[in-house]
Amino acid sequence: MTTYALTDSWTMTRRELAHWARQPVQVLVALAFPVMLLMMFGYLVGGGRGVHGDYLGYLVPGMLALTMAFGLEGTMLAVTQDLNKGVIDRFRSMPMANGAVLVGRSAADMLQSALGLAVLTGVGYALGWRAHGGPGAFLAAMGLLLLFRFAMLWIGIHLALVAGKPELVQAVQILVWPVGFLSNAFALPESMPGWLGTVVGWNPMSHTATAVRDLLGGPGGEPGHAWAAIAWPLALLAVFFPLAVRRFARLSR
Amino acid sequence: MADTAITVEGVHKTYGDRTALDGLDLRVARGTVHGVLGPNGAGKTTLVRILATLLRPDAGRIQVAGHDIVTEAQAVRFRIGLLGQHAALDEELGGRQNLEMFGRLYHLGARHARVRAGELLDRFGLGDTGRKPVRAYSGGMRRRLDLAASLITEPEVLFLDEPTTGLDPRGRAEVWSAVRSLVGGGTTVLLTTQYLEEADQLADRISVVDRGRVIADGTADELKADTGGDRIDVVLRHPGQLGAAVALLPVPKEDVSADRDRRLISAPVTDRMAALSGVVRALEEAGIEAEDIALRRPTLDEVFLHLTGRDDRTKEAV
Ligand SMILES: Nc1ncnc2c1ncn2[C@@H]1O[C@H](COP(=O)(O)OP(=O)(O)OP(=O)(O)O)[C@@H](O)[C@H]1O
Ligand SMILES: [Mg+2]
Repeated sequence: MTTYALTDSWTMTRRELAHWARQPVQVLVALAFPVMLLMMFGYLVGGGRGVHGDYLGYLVPGMLALTMAFGLEGTMLAVTQDLNKGVIDRFRSMPMANGAVLVGRSAADMLQSALGLAVLTGVGYALGWRAHGGPGAFLAAMGLLLLFRFAMLWIGIHLALVAGKPELVQAVQILVWPVGFLSNAFALPESMPGWLGTVVGWNPMSHTATAVRDLLGGPGGEPGHAWAAIAWPLALLAVFFPLAVRRFARLSR
Repeated sequence: MADTAITVEGVHKTYGDRTALDGLDLRVARGTVHGVLGPNGAGKTTLVRILATLLRPDAGRIQVAGHDIVTEAQAVRFRIGLLGQHAALDEELGGRQNLEMFGRLYHLGARHARVRAGELLDRFGLGDTGRKPVRAYSGGMRRRLDLAASLITEPEVLFLDEPTTGLDPRGRAEVWSAVRSLVGGGTTVLLTTQYLEEADQLADRISVVDRGRVIADGTADELKADTGGDRIDVVLRHPGQLGAAVALLPVPKEDVSADRDRRLISAPVTDRMAALSGVVRALEEAGIEAEDIALRRPTLDEVFLHLTGRDDRTKEAV
């Protein structure tokens, strides 16, 4: 069956793209949401605690990382909805490659995330944010962000497979918020009370944000976080990818 | 076993502490239609889902189209089609999109998948649905598209779980004629139903399932014969004479069924002619007027009642 793994995964990716074409508004809303957050924190809240000078240079990389983290919800919701649809029965009664459903999901989500990064950096640019450090560093930063998103994606798939019901998605959605905000996305850990700063420093998302800031030459960037920004997502993937795949193969059988 | 398409031996399945299948056995000959008849909760859907490799049995052995459904699930999937109790379609996409997608997943290749989708849409009268999403289809259209999807590869074995439930008479006739033409092409069909008439019309053989077991099987005629052969129906002119008429019949009172609204009494008979002349004479002597007297075979409803000893066919059997 492995010979068909690629074509089947592509067929399932096309299915997701066909859904986009049917629901363009939904896609646009998903893309607009981080832009809204960026505006809100950039202008309404105005200036992060402990950040001196170029707050936009601090905020934009933070928002990029936060958008990747929040992708977890979207993935989880989509997988949960899919699993509760009748069409899954037909897929499972057909000789298609095992897991193509999940690969299609992740391909579509990664594409949407890449699109989200493009929109957010574009809006940042329009607001006066500039990336310093050249195209190589920019692409490396985007790579780290997408790697982090990929880890979030498989956590999302695993949680969806474990939880199974749309009601439980809501609980996770609520939990994702503190995890997203208990990071250095908006403010420097040094400006927070001791224990909070420590938690924030540990958050994998903080490492990604710091490494991205370093690559894009914004305030709050520190060299040496790139390794943690690579190692954390890989470690999460090493745990959740096999768990999710196994869980899916055993599903309801 | 080359001429056996489905073999089910001693299959058990429980959900938590609820037993759905309790040692079910079944054998379906190649190229025939096998009806699985049972009330709500009998285990029909569980059986079909196990046969279609969606569920794993707790115990027992099952072969479909010559392959074991647990150890050779993928080989089985190449040879089966499934029309589940609920639509198994992508509701956001259109009919053509659905069929093309399934065709590609059966590895027909893009062009062949497109051609096949077109053929099936035309055959099931869905050729003009355009880009309309399945979500907006009527129940009958959705059922037809679902059936089309289960036929993409012209499967060796087709499972139909209550294929006509919820369809109007026209939709039902369409599904029936599709099933008949498939069998003409050599496909083996296992269909579940709560409609005795449907099993009677379509199935070569019938297994009556109740509480996860087969409680009887055979052709429709065999099942009817087992119930006690022929019956005599008498329609009276005056409902008030119902009781008196029941007492006249040459059978124990508890075997007679009486329906006051229809002024009908019905009883099993052994010797057709003797029973008929005997009843006519007895009614005349007692001065009871009959509007109609007829001899007939039992209906499958009566078979069912006889087998299960219950008349709650349409209610949840809990
Ligand atoms: N997922 C499940 N979890 C728990 N119990 C289940 C599940 N599916 C079925 N059951 C139970 O197993 C038994 C058999 O159910 P099944 O759906 O196979 O019956 P059925 O003959 O298809 O009924 P119907 O005519 O209503 O479709 C029932 O008692 C049902 O309540
Ligand atoms: Mg059922």
